[in-house]
Amino acid sequence: MIPPAFEYLRPKTVPEAVAMLQQHGDDAKILSGGQSLIPMMKLRLARPSHLIDITRVNGLSYIKEEGGFLKIGGLTREADLEASDLIRRKYPLLLDTARVIADPQVRNMATVGGNLAHGDPANDHPATMMALRAQVVATGAKGERVIPIDDFFVTLFTTALQHDEILTEIRVPVPPPKSGGAYFKLERKVGDFATAATAVQLTLDDKGTVQQIGIGLTNAGPTPIRAKAAEDALRGKKPDAALINQASQLAMDSADPSADLRGPAEYKKGLIKELTKRALTRALERASK
Amino acid sequence: MAKKELIHVKINGKDREAPAEPRLLLVHFIREQLGFTGTHVGCDTSNCGACTVILNGRSVKSCTVFAVQADGGEIMTVEGLPSNGALHPLQEGFKEEHGLQCGFCTPGMLMSSYALLQKNPTPSEEEIRWGISGNLCRCTGYQNIVKAVQYASKKMAQGGK
Repeated sequence: MIPPAFEYLRPKTVPEAVAMLQQHGDDAKILSGGQSLIPMMKLRLARPSHLIDITRVNGLSYIKEEGGFLKIGGLTREADLEASDLIRRKYPLLLDTARVIADPQVRNMATVGGNLAHGDPANDHPATMMALRAQVVATGAKGERVIPIDDFFVTLFTTALQHDEILTEIRVPVPPPKSGGAYFKLERKVGDFATAATAVQLTLDDKGTVQQIGIGLTNAGPTPIRAKAAEDALRGKKPDAALINQASQLAMDSADPSADLRGPAEYKKGLIKELTKRALTRALERASK
Repeated sequence: MAKKELIHVKINGKDREAPAEPRLLLVHFIREQLGFTGTHVGCDTSNCGACTVILNGRSVKSCTVFAVQADGGEIMTVEGLPSNGALHPLQEGFKEEHGLQCGFCTPGMLMSSYALLQKNPTPSEEEIRWGISGNLCRCTGYQNIVKAVQYASKKMAQGGK
């Protein structure tokens, strides 16, 4: 329960942090909220030689709309997302998600950037950002680059971030009118990781036909999963109960959850179908308002 | 062993400093270096919340923070709740409403409730349960903890301190 020894560095700026990543090589890790990394270090599943604490770097914590995007700074704490009036009014999927991440104390420290950069498919924001078709801004020695969310998650605990890159911003396209989203998560108890969870974001036209749709699945494989077949089944259609059921079935078929203490794989697949149905229904209700 | 740094904090209103290796957890720093043993180590897996303290105005699990991260910051632990020798309304509430049995989770429950009432002075029962959802209790079944928080909320609304 005691982590191995490490060197602790506290840069004041992003370029300083990037230089530290370059200098100390593969065994250096960024420390953001620490709510995923520190538990792993305490179990000695992670043994970074250097921790680069970026939480004192100014200007990385913000929630604002600009240039057609909702821009969230990488250091924005989950609690701030939860408390944001803008998020509550216009991004119900993000609010739904932030609320069910761990518990109040963890949300006070945990950051949105860290939730994505850690590369854990059990974290909640990955599926949500997939549903929202977000982009990730990575800042490294060569400057900034924008990574589409579908290219971001490579495999378990591995993202597209290069070793010298820091996730500095997340960009979500501002949803058009008649958009809605929802996140449904089943957990064994409050604060747990998802046994299964589905994120849905969609936009309707004024006839109620689905124009845009994104469906992301949490903890259903080694990376968050886009339920593409389900999305394709709904796009361009006016969803009724039968179509929602069909899409939920397709979402279930695209999942590959592992059996673990949270349940057998078949059980989780059944959950995915039901949670997708509920998330689709709620997202449609919200879009129709 | 990595070099120790001198960590400066303001804890329960007093300026303190003590050396710590980077890997020293805040909970151990508070208990062993600074001598405030009211904060407890429960699960060590960031689940139970017995280690909850207020760091720079927010409730955090001190077993999941390194002491170095708190350098220059302000901490409040359960020892900081009373004022002028009088119990905080929350402490009074836990006493009056039998909100504890073994008492192990209680400091964490008090700090989470304190943070909750700071943000939301008149929480509903559901909001209280949500507010303490990061804290586990094996003894009480939570009912009297909820009543204790309601007691405190009422007393503080009436101007009690």
